[in-house]
Amino acid sequence: MAKKESTFTNMVFTLFLVTLLASTALALVYEATKGPIEEAKRLKKMNAIAEVVPEFDNDPGTDVRKLGTGKDTLYFYRALMGDEVIGIAVESYTYTGFSGLVKIMVGFLPDGTIYNTSVLEHAETPGLGDKMIKEKSLDKATGLSWSSQFDGKNPGSDNIQVKQDDGEVDAITAATISSRAFCDAVQRAYDGLQEVKIENE
Amino acid sequence: MDQWKNFSKGFFKENAVFVLLLGLCPTLGLTTSAVNGLGMGLATTFVLLMSNIVVSLIKRFIPDKVRIPSFIVIIASFVTIVELVMQAYVPDLFAALGLFIPLIVVNCLVLGRAEAFASKNNLVTSAIDGLGMGLGFSMALTILGAVREILGSGSIFGWKFIAGDGMIVFVLAPGAFLVLGYLIVIVNKINKKGA
Repeated sequence: MAKKESTFTNMVFTLFLVTLLASTALALVYEATKGPIEEAKRLKKMNAIAEVVPEFDNDPGTDVRKLGTGKDTLYFYRALMGDEVIGIAVESYTYTGFSGLVKIMVGFLPDGTIYNTSVLEHAETPGLGDKMIKEKSLDKATGLSWSSQFDGKNPGSDNIQVKQDDGEVDAITAATISSRAFCDAVQRAYDGLQEVKIENE
Repeated sequence: MDQWKNFSKGFFKENAVFVLLLGLCPTLGLTTSAVNGLGMGLATTFVLLMSNIVVSLIKRFIPDKVRIPSFIVIIASFVTIVELVMQAYVPDLFAALGLFIPLIVVNCLVLGRAEAFASKNNLVTSAIDGLGMGLGFSMALTILGAVREILGSGSIFGWKFIAGDGMIVFVLAPGAFLVLGYLIVIVNKINKKGA
């Protein structure tokens, strides 16, 4: 059978048909995967929150507050045990990383003390700046990693800055910029927390 | 055409990465670990297989002047399907590959096979070509990723065998070029011997 000729009607008709079929197929797949994608995203968020606050029994992913600061938005998730707030997970960010954006989750106790931290997103140099991730700088003997030094500090009374800037944080060797960025994100999380004042309700 | 030859040419004789040097953007960009390479390779294989099948099925109904836009629409649809499915069922791998999944659309390998092979051959031959080329691509990416992971992070498929970091340069961009260069040398040497 000969190929279809490239007349105007032929071309318009073919392209229309191809795009119609493609969009129908995509719509079907989108519908089918919508649920699982949302579930996967929710689980990921839950895990990130559970990592940085003490044990809770509510669903912090649904108890969210936002605060626009600077270039981006901070998100606050309340972790409750019964009716009492036992911790607040703050999704914070900074653009001062060695490769720009760094997103971290900081868990605070109600009095503003840092409980734990975790890195959500970063593009720091492998082997240097990426030591801010727990697993990358984990010392098996002590179970501590670089970011463990933040746990138990309170940005209200402690100076969350690297020692080169007269602060109390030991910077990662050869990655002072990444360490500064991490401190910046932690401080931003604390400042945001003071602003929104999450209390027991 | 000998179908076995058609299938196996994608591995050595016409390997997309080592011989044709197609699709180098994902090849260099995300082969920092063997798992990344394998994941990217398999995603591309699926797109390549499906687009080859569809293109060879409808090639008679597509007027010549609009064949490239039609092929691109078909390829882009399959890429989006892969993207959605990965996001739903393997979110961790999706997070690692991220930006590079949509970029399969502009991978010269996929359009190249649709244009140069599937639009001229029948369904079975095209499907086998797509599968062979795709698996050859996956193999190349996995080897490249494995070598970089072993040298750069001291681990293989995520399993660590030395403590601490390896030679970090291999996980960074220059390492991709170094390893790819040496792998091309080795593959050329093997191909020369066979001929």
